[in-house]
Amino acid sequence: MFYRESGDFKTTYIDDDQTFPIKFDRYRYYAVMFVAFAIIPFMVNDYWVNAIFLPFLIYSIAAIGLNILVGYCGQVSLGTGGFMAVGAYAVYKLMTAFPDVSIVFHIFAAGAITAVVGVLFGLPSLRIKGFYLAVATLAAQFFLVWLFNRVPWFYNYSASGQINAPERTILGEPVTGANTDAWAVYLLCLVFVTVSALIARNLTRGTMGRKWMAIRDMDIAAEIIGVNPLTAKMSAFAVSSFFIGISGALFFSVYLGAVEVGEAFGINKSFLVLFMVIIGGLGSIFGSFAGAAFLVLLPVLIKNVLVGGLGWPTDLAAHFEYITVGALIITFLVLEPHGLAQLWRVVKEKLRLWPFPH
Amino acid sequence: MSEQFIWGIEVFLNGLMAGVLYALVALGFVLIYKASGIFNYAQGVMALFAAMTLVGIMNGQVPFAHLINAIFGTNVHHFGWHVPAFLAILLTAGVMVGFAWIVQRFIFRHLVGQEPIILFMATIGLAYFLEGVSDLMWNSEIKKLDVGLPQGINLAIDDFTYGIFDYGFFIDNLDIVATIIAAILVLALTIFSQYSKQGRAMRAVADDHQAALSVGVSLNFVWIMVWSVAGFVALVAGIMWGTKSGVQFSLSLIALKALPVLMLGGFTSIPGAIVGGLIIGVGEKLFEFAIGPMIGGATENWFAYVLALIFLVFRPQGLFGEKIIERV
Repeated sequence: MFYRESGDFKTTYIDDDQTFPIKFDRYRYYAVMFVAFAIIPFMVNDYWVNAIFLPFLIYSIAAIGLNILVGYCGQVSLGTGGFMAVGAYAVYKLMTAFPDVSIVFHIFAAGAITAVVGVLFGLPSLRIKGFYLAVATLAAQFFLVWLFNRVPWFYNYSASGQINAPERTILGEPVTGANTDAWAVYLLCLVFVTVSALIARNLTRGTMGRKWMAIRDMDIAAEIIGVNPLTAKMSAFAVSSFFIGISGALFFSVYLGAVEVGEAFGINKSFLVLFMVIIGGLGSIFGSFAGAAFLVLLPVLIKNVLVGGLGWPTDLAAHFEYITVGALIITFLVLEPHGLAQLWRVVKEKLRLWPFPH
Repeated sequence: MSEQFIWGIEVFLNGLMAGVLYALVALGFVLIYKASGIFNYAQGVMALFAAMTLVGIMNGQVPFAHLINAIFGTNVHHFGWHVPAFLAILLTAGVMVGFAWIVQRFIFRHLVGQEPIILFMATIGLAYFLEGVSDLMWNSEIKKLDVGLPQGINLAIDDFTYGIFDYGFFIDNLDIVATIIAAILVLALTIFSQYSKQGRAMRAVADDHQAALSVGVSLNFVWIMVWSVAGFVALVAGIMWGTKSGVQFSLSLIALKALPVLMLGGFTSIPGAIVGGLIIGVGEKLFEFAIGPMIGGATENWFAYVLALIFLVFRPQGLFGEKIIERV
């Protein structure tokens, strides 16, 4: 009754081209935006922001980035952690080198630097495919982490080898450092997420996204019909690394504040983001959000139930987290290989026919 | 002869020994990949699980003791007996067969015909699951594994090289034993796959699933068998690494070390796994020895990957891999 194309007349080309052509989708989107921008900032406290909202928003950006590479372009990457580290260290160097420039520019610049690094490590993808490529991206992961650990220039010769985010403000409101307000950091990340999602959504709808998908479905066939694999693959690596770099920059500067590279951006981070993409749904922007939300909430939930509710020791809860995540991955792959996004699609199909399904 | 050169030889030999251990892990990957097209990321965790189970059985630990204690408020830890090493190894091999059956029955039977990348992701999920289970079952502290393998410096080699170079090489007895065992294992596997009925079935499945099925080979049986053999290889690798550096979480990371070995050697070739392992072992040790100190050390973390990456750019199917033919 509510969810259908019919009756929604488009009279201009702009209307016809909009992101959400169905009215119900559009209003849902406005409602989510309204809640996110106008209601949540007034209600959050430090715990909610640090335990749930910030990781969710930041991982969403990373998941969108990886989804573009894996889900849309079909190039499996296990180097996400390394690219996030590039974003983090780039923003750190920029913040300390140009203290007067706004941090927003730094974060975008960090994304751009990561894009360049991503293209460099993506170049072998022209020759290497499938598993071989997945393993080759591990080279990026391990090499980058080693680089940031061993070359003192990257952490400004600090004695501990850590990097610490100095305090920076936007419009007089501190967003990094020790004196931040919960709502300010939340809003900053939210703005970045919204912008990233809009860019990603529109890129994947356009020429570029179609080229990526052609490469994903069969690269030789795509090449024959006139898709240049060099530009398609490199642009996917660049765009994907750009988003991942931004998420790494936010992860370090806004969320953690202090980072030791091996711990924060190790191989486990790569897998975590990959799991988000798989569970959420390959080739879906909504899926990136769903996957990020799922894997951010799950550990919090398990911890609260097992440690808080049943009083078990924390190490048991940690083991259960591993088991649950592993079992969920397998279950999703067996039952619903297209992830949470597919469930949502099924619901929408049902809604189309509701209330008269026959 | 300069000192540097002699040290270089020693590093080279130690690299060969380390390479054998990498090859041992890589072997498990190749077996499963050849027979079922599954790239089994969980191989390293299987080694960890096997080693932990072995230690647990030998020490008579109660499985899931922590969990039971947390739920029922009891305080059980050990049965109070000790199982001799040989019997424990047999029991652990049995556990690995059971594990192979479970994996086949509950996961990969449902994923037949899926894209390889989906299967790969499933094994990553399996790795996480198994890691959680093995920690929960035998708890996660570092354990000592001693099945009676000799350890420590080999004095004969030390004396012999001292006589020649005036400098005794440090070669661990354990590494020598590992090399011998790996050689026996590869020989046994080759004989098994060439001459036994089951081995032939395995090769038939590796060649062509459909054709093997149509001449009456049970795919299910072959796959369970292959996972069991891989589990056994994982057990051997787990014993070697566990004896060397204790049974602990980092054991599962050897899977990551085996990946560049596979890329070098090609995913489908058993000799490739061996040669790749040796090249990686020697290469990373020599690189660390010669160039590592100049650029900050600990290059072993990434050298293998970068070497494999550069190599693959020139030869995408690895040293011994089958030529990749692509059709539209």
